[in-house]
Amino acid sequence: MQGRLLTKVSLSLAALCALAVTGVARAGEINTGGKLLLTGGDSSLEGGAGGGLATWSVIAGNETRDGFGGKVHLTGVEVSDYSLRAAGAAVGLHDRVELSVARQEFDTGDTGAKLGLGKGFTFRQDVYGVKVRVLGDAVYDQDRWLPQVSVGAQYKKNNQGTVVRAVGGKGDSGTDYYVSATKLLLDQSLLLSGAVRLTKANQTGLLGFGGDRSDSYKPQFEGSAALLLSKRLAVGAEYRSKPSNLGFARDDDWVDLFAAYAINRTVSVTAAYVDLGDIATFKDQRGLYVSLQAGF
Amino acid sequence: MHPFLQRAALATGLGLALAGAALAQEVPAGEKPVDAYVQSNANAHAQPLVDKATFDAFGGKDGLIRIAADTVDFSMADPRIKDIFATTDVPRLKRTLAEQFCYVLGGGCTYTGRDMAAVHKDMGVTHRDFNAMVENLQKAMDKAGVPFRVQNRLVAKLAPMQRSVVER
Repeated sequence: MQGRLLTKVSLSLAALCALAVTGVARAGEINTGGKLLLTGGDSSLEGGAGGGLATWSVIAGNETRDGFGGKVHLTGVEVSDYSLRAAGAAVGLHDRVELSVARQEFDTGDTGAKLGLGKGFTFRQDVYGVKVRVLGDAVYDQDRWLPQVSVGAQYKKNNQGTVVRAVGGKGDSGTDYYVSATKLLLDQSLLLSGAVRLTKANQTGLLGFGGDRSDSYKPQFEGSAALLLSKRLAVGAEYRSKPSNLGFARDDDWVDLFAAYAINRTVSVTAAYVDLGDIATFKDQRGLYVSLQAGF
Repeated sequence: MHPFLQRAALATGLGLALAGAALAQEVPAGEKPVDAYVQSNANAHAQPLVDKATFDAFGGKDGLIRIAADTVDFSMADPRIKDIFATTDVPRLKRTLAEQFCYVLGGGCTYTGRDMAAVHKDMGVTHRDFNAMVENLQKAMDKAGVPFRVQNRLVAKLAPMQRSVVER
């Protein structure tokens, strides 16, 4: 069932991608997109513009203040004992407001049976996000220290409330609030980004919200550093801290090393090595993260 | 007169004389006359780099003259922005752009063009247009074999001009 739903999301995303590509093919007339390559950022797992694990203050899509842009993504993460599939879309309005939606499927695979959930048991989470750029410009303000600062919120809804509560979680939905600052240090060809997120989410919400150990909002940090090697290629690292609310299993911080490549103005790919730490008592979840994005 | 005041008066006189000279500009061969304005490196709208290594990596003044000319040529052939240059004095634009690049990279050139807001007044340049021009500059720098990370040092100097150039 979940698989089928994801297929449906994938199909509609593919249609959106096709639309975006058509848009670029006809760029002479409708002139979509005016941002410089890679300056729109990547798509984060939660749907908005960011690194992969971390959220950035940039607004999704290729469009400048002159209009509307957007981005869709398909992401797969394969670690030792689990897989995560995500698909999402974001629109950027005048490079000021970003609205995003993402569906994530956390597939326990064979591990599900060992956890007593059943083989292939899957947690599904939908994330609805809004982000507003409040000051600064990450790209143009090269003569100031001021980064681009955005504030945002993400409403997350998990479909496995019963299991979440059974393992000590308090709820199947939650809202994260964050402030993000991103700065491109162009003379160093370096991008730095940091965000503080108030959250109750367990494994970003894939295992629900709040828990027997704690059920209060705690500030968490996420940061990215990326080196621009060419117009098309950036490499970098990310870190994301998480609260540990559940007694049965600790939430570890996440890290990754990534490479992002813009195939053309529309399509980009990101590959990363991720270390997600322990997840639901299974140790050292490390593996590969691959994401395909289309921006317009 | 107090020596300081005397010096100040002299400096003012000198300044006025210089301004007068600047106002009576000669029109370089191949260029059209422009309305009088006060020449100043401040018009270049950026603090020059102190380290000359970047300037050298661009091939010095000659390299920048070529890059400026290519940037203008690419832009005039670019369907996205070519209309903006319909009435442009092309030789003058190429010359002043090369001067500006040379000045901001610390090459010791004098920038003789007008300031960014005055030059682009009423052109209706959009963010998209500005970025298209940057892409053409990148293309010109690629053609000249300037390494990407060195290119970014020039783009970093030019990026803030977006605030004065973009009107819409």
